[in-house]
Amino acid sequence: MSAPSFVEQFPRLGSTMPDGDPAWLAAQREDGLKRFGDLGLPSRHLESWRYTPLKPLEDTSYRPVTPEDGMAPVDLVPSLLPDDYLPRLVFVNGRLRPELSRTERLPDGVRLECLSDALKRDPDWVAEHMGAASADVEEKAFLHLNTAMMDCGFVFHVPRGVAVETPVEVVFVGGLTDGPVAYFPRNLVVLEKGAQASLIKYHVGQGIGPYLATAATEIEVGDGAVLRHTKVQAETNDATHLATVNARVGRDATYDSFGLSIGGRLSRSEVTIRLEGEGGHAALNGAYMMRGGEHCDNTTRIDHCVPHTTAREVFKGVLDDEARAVFQGKLVVHEDAQKTDGYQLSKALLLSTGAEIDAKPELEIYADDVKCAHGATTGQLDADALFYLRSRGVPEALARNMLVQSFLAEALEEVKDEAVRGALMDKILHWLPAQCFLADEWVTP
Amino acid sequence: MLEIRDLHVSVGDAEILKGINLTVNAGEIHAIMGPNGSGKSTLAHIIAGRDGYEITGGRVVYQGEDLTDLEPEERAAKGVFLAFQYPVEIPGVANTTFLKEALNAQRRYHGKEELDAMAFMKMLRAKTKELGMSDDMLKRAVNVGFSGGEKKRNEVLQMAVLEPSLAVLDETDSGLDIDALQIVAEGVNSLRRPDNAAIVITHYQRLLNHIVPDYVHVLAHGRIQRSGGKELALELEEKGYAEFSEEAA
Repeated sequence: MSAPSFVEQFPRLGSTMPDGDPAWLAAQREDGLKRFGDLGLPSRHLESWRYTPLKPLEDTSYRPVTPEDGMAPVDLVPSLLPDDYLPRLVFVNGRLRPELSRTERLPDGVRLECLSDALKRDPDWVAEHMGAASADVEEKAFLHLNTAMMDCGFVFHVPRGVAVETPVEVVFVGGLTDGPVAYFPRNLVVLEKGAQASLIKYHVGQGIGPYLATAATEIEVGDGAVLRHTKVQAETNDATHLATVNARVGRDATYDSFGLSIGGRLSRSEVTIRLEGEGGHAALNGAYMMRGGEHCDNTTRIDHCVPHTTAREVFKGVLDDEARAVFQGKLVVHEDAQKTDGYQLSKALLLSTGAEIDAKPELEIYADDVKCAHGATTGQLDADALFYLRSRGVPEALARNMLVQSFLAEALEEVKDEAVRGALMDKILHWLPAQCFLADEWVTP
Repeated sequence: MLEIRDLHVSVGDAEILKGINLTVNAGEIHAIMGPNGSGKSTLAHIIAGRDGYEITGGRVVYQGEDLTDLEPEERAAKGVFLAFQYPVEIPGVANTTFLKEALNAQRRYHGKEELDAMAFMKMLRAKTKELGMSDDMLKRAVNVGFSGGEKKRNEVLQMAVLEPSLAVLDETDSGLDIDALQIVAEGVNSLRRPDNAAIVITHYQRLLNHIVPDYVHVLAHGRIQRSGGKELALELEEKGYAEFSEEAA
């Protein structure tokens, strides 16, 4: 008897929130399940999945997480900003671990809680925002799957005019289970008018063996609000990470995001940002570092829906061994969106002849008075620079590391928060071969 | 200190150096002059260990050891320094970091303890002060946004920090105005000691007004065509390199 296909396994698995579902959510699950079943596992015949084969998913049968999986022992919380007082939620295999979390230092009215708690406290609020930021998004297969299977996740809600001064971190630890599990966090981030916050999402894997993390994050940035959003994907190299982020950005609002991918056997980050109010600005930046047989896909779309919106997108990646990366960046300027200013840059550095990048920038412009620029380059380490460093006595391995750092510095310059930037640099340094660790700070203008 | 014997170097099918002989002793400054395309920069790169060249004959012996089997970083650690004609920009890496990594890598090579950040900065500040440079250049990324003069001064600073025995200056005067040239030359002169030596590669005589050589060699068509004292440079300034192209023709 052959194992059920990836798609077929989900109806039997079933899923509810840890404390059960309200009727409307159960109905949404039903709907999500049906839609995902109808679409099926995206195949490479679909344009947006051409470079990312999901076939390997068929090789593993996943089971839903149990409360025991959520209690897997975590000795040291792998926090990106390991500070003693920063607000933090920690999920292990999708389940909240209250004893590792702390939210007491948040300003009044700010909510950082697990979705299950939010459902109990204020089900109407959750119902209102669930699906709201994704309503107009085209690419939805894994969002439907997440809707069908969501098993928790978090809510971050900043009320009108409130500024959260310190970064807020949500850590998702995966792995450490008996057999392959799949978990499905659903996250709702809502900044009301004039609110400000910096949110870090840190996905990190521990232990060995495959697992599947399928996260969906819906973000609403209200008029005049500013959200800085940092994501680090550091899953184990047995893990699959499929994430969707759908954000809508209001008038004079800013959504400033940076994603660093340094792990996962197979990872895809699908980000869609809709600039829906004049003066809205989006920064969608990222870096990735892959080695071995890892595959990393960044598929992004920015919709300029109204006039006078700006967007900036810089992705830089380093690929070694047989690693593969995909960058697909679509920029859509809607009919009325005059005076749009869009910029997109994708640069990849290949450290070995076996590494490969598929970069596909796409512009769809329906307005006539716009400024849009994009570029994509692929290259190797600069031989002149390598010789320059070595001629000063820097050993080759260290010289190569310095040049990789140098290459990624341009992307990291986009990160405004110094503490966050420092933590990201640290991650990058640790990715580099350990014997040539370079501890000094980098230069940013 | 340096003995080059019958050195032949090719790039692809083209023979660039066709039997170079050169002896440099401690305390000496040698100028190598010649027209464009004569092989001056190739010689500099061969000494420093740049790949892409094939040594088809001869030897480069430095302090009794054949250099040609050594990696560029090993040559550097042994005291060979090349000041680049076009110093490379390295965005994102602070000049200080670069200098510290380079110096400590050389110290590790010799089994010496690395300098910690404090000791290194103290030494570095003293060097910049000696050379009349601003600390601002230290904080910036290596050569990024530097003017032509700043880049060359940065080469001199690296030289001051790494204290090489043999410095090869590859067209250090190119792209410099007279003020910048003077500053760079003063820097090089201030690093002059009885136990080190320099090879100054240049197209023009004007650099040699400021860095006065003990010997001048004319390199053309892959060979040293003539050698003499500093007066040879003046003669070349007057007559140009025409006579050497005729010789070869």
